[in-house]
Amino acid sequence: MKNKMNLTKSTKSTLITIGMVVVAYIIMMILTKAGALSSLMKGLLVPLCIYAIIAVALNLTVGILGELSLGHAGFMCIGAFSSAFFSFCFKDTMAAGPRFLIAILIGAGIAALFGLLIGIPVLRLQGDYLAIVTLAFGEIIKNVINVLYIGRDVDGFHFSMKDAMALNLQDGGQVIVNGAQGITGTPKDSNFTIGAILLVITLLIVLNLVNSRPGRAIMAIRDNRIAAESVGINITKYKLLAFSISAGLAGVAGVLYAHNLSILQAQPKNFGYNMSIMILVYVVLGGIGNIRGSVISAIILVLLPELMRELQDYRMLIYSVVLIGIMLFNWAPKARVFREKYSLKRLLSKKTAKEEK
Amino acid sequence: MQVNSNLGNDLKGLRPSALFMYMEEIMSSFFSYLINGISLGSIYAIIALGYTMVYGIAKMLNFAHGDVIMVGSYMTFLMASSLGLPPVLAVLVAVVVCTILGITIEKIAYKPLRKAPSLAVLITAIGVSYFLQNAALLIFGANTKMFKSVISLPAIQLADGNINISGETQVTIVVCVIIMIVLTTFIKKTKSGQAMLAVSEDKGAAELMGVNVNGTISLTFAIGSALAAVAGVLLCSAYPTLTPYTGSMPGIKAFVAAVFGGIGSIPGAFIGGILLGVIENMSKAYISSQLSDAIVFSVLIIVLLVKPTGILGKKIKEKV
Repeated sequence: MKNKMNLTKSTKSTLITIGMVVVAYIIMMILTKAGALSSLMKGLLVPLCIYAIIAVALNLTVGILGELSLGHAGFMCIGAFSSAFFSFCFKDTMAAGPRFLIAILIGAGIAALFGLLIGIPVLRLQGDYLAIVTLAFGEIIKNVINVLYIGRDVDGFHFSMKDAMALNLQDGGQVIVNGAQGITGTPKDSNFTIGAILLVITLLIVLNLVNSRPGRAIMAIRDNRIAAESVGINITKYKLLAFSISAGLAGVAGVLYAHNLSILQAQPKNFGYNMSIMILVYVVLGGIGNIRGSVISAIILVLLPELMRELQDYRMLIYSVVLIGIMLFNWAPKARVFREKYSLKRLLSKKTAKEEK
Repeated sequence: MQVNSNLGNDLKGLRPSALFMYMEEIMSSFFSYLINGISLGSIYAIIALGYTMVYGIAKMLNFAHGDVIMVGSYMTFLMASSLGLPPVLAVLVAVVVCTILGITIEKIAYKPLRKAPSLAVLITAIGVSYFLQNAALLIFGANTKMFKSVISLPAIQLADGNINISGETQVTIVVCVIIMIVLTTFIKKTKSGQAMLAVSEDKGAAELMGVNVNGTISLTFAIGSALAAVAGVLLCSAYPTLTPYTGSMPGIKAFVAAVFGGIGSIPGAFIGGILLGVIENMSKAYISSQLSDAIVFSVLIIVLLVKPTGILGKKIKEKV
């Protein structure tokens, strides 16, 4: 206990966040072992990790870097397809453990690379323009993957943008990426333990970044770009750093997603801009810039509709009302006055003041 | 693309007259694609006007604009198909409903956030968009409704029947041109139009000069939403499938058009809309129908990287 007292505030906060995930993991594992979880809940364990990871990744861009990205589903899509492609190719030649490890690295690396490539031109834009261009990029990625055909035979790989016949495969060759049908037969390597470990690693990366010198530089850019520039912070470098790390982590979520399903397709509902907006909802409801909040809100918002099946039809309606409500509560002048009047802190301090009298 | 790949082989065996006919066929199909592109572009332009006016005056990206289109289409559908009202009356009801809806949305969701950061306003707009979509989903169901065209003009045949311009296409283009002219005149000649210009230039100064800023912003939302209703009717007359998500993709493309032409500029929205429609239709016809969205978005990105304020972004000072 004494040891813990000497920790800095940020380390403590990091430990609490990580501890929270670990405790949740242990509880879930005990429940699974005890057979107390329905098969539906078991099926949700990996998606919980996926959405928590991507919410944290997006929070790095939206909350820490202060730029709105509506294209994170696109990075998730890249991570998913590149890693699924790799895993499919080495399905029979490698053991599951090292193969999945490499798949994660590939998914994260390629998504981060795309983040960097897209970030270089795009991060010059600001605000709404950046949002719409990232949205456009996400849509382009989804669109291109839907017309991409890759096959393999004895001659090596064949590419086409037309259809599977245009690949001209030899006998015994197989189509790996089949346009809109996507990749079928990815090994199912994801499980809850790996998901939880990846979530912890993601949290460690992001929280460490936030509490480091580069992290402070990134937040300085967010708060005042011109002031940050005038104290010698390299704006482009730090923006790109944050954006590509965020994209890479979104790629990790994609890897988990791809290896949790046997059929991987790029559809509007999983990799379209609606998905990006869904993730943004997690981030906003968890608190923009609050990493721990993102994890909690992602978990609650994934679980909630499943726990309240009868409300399924009204789910999105409730989401939207809550979203508008939170924004109004945070920013509307009247709500701010109300909050100041009835804030918990003030009420408490009043009470103590009275007691002192 | 497929037409062109066979071109070389086909041309070898053709006599000059046949070659001429072949060229004529290509030209007339090109012309059809162009006309259809302009028609689609006109719809984008009308939607983009709403985006651009609201952005110019409230400096916010009204994500829910696309869904107002959907509401307009559903209203017309209800009035014309279920209640059996004549088309003109049905459209009128849709315009009125959308106008009221636009003003209400502005009053409830956007007005309290005037001084909030743009991210907060954008997320609120996304929330409103989700709300409209899901409310429509609950009220009208997820089933696709077949929208019966409200336009009953005969098609025009040109060039010995090679080119066929449908009634919907004619009306769309004419309506777009009329809206452009009326809107430009309204802004240049009337007091409220001038007030809009003033508010978009400088809110504080306009208020000091006695302009009713809140009223002007409401008026802008009203005009934008009325235009969205018109666009919805035209869109669903040309592409008759109606779902709660009908408005979102055209809405996003129209926003692309507005950015493309220079957001805040009315002629920019017009040019951007038409160009986008033509590019989309041409890439559908000659490159790939699946990749057309990707091409449209790539053009947007290239334009923004070369000219971050869009085609007419800086040159034209007229901002609404």
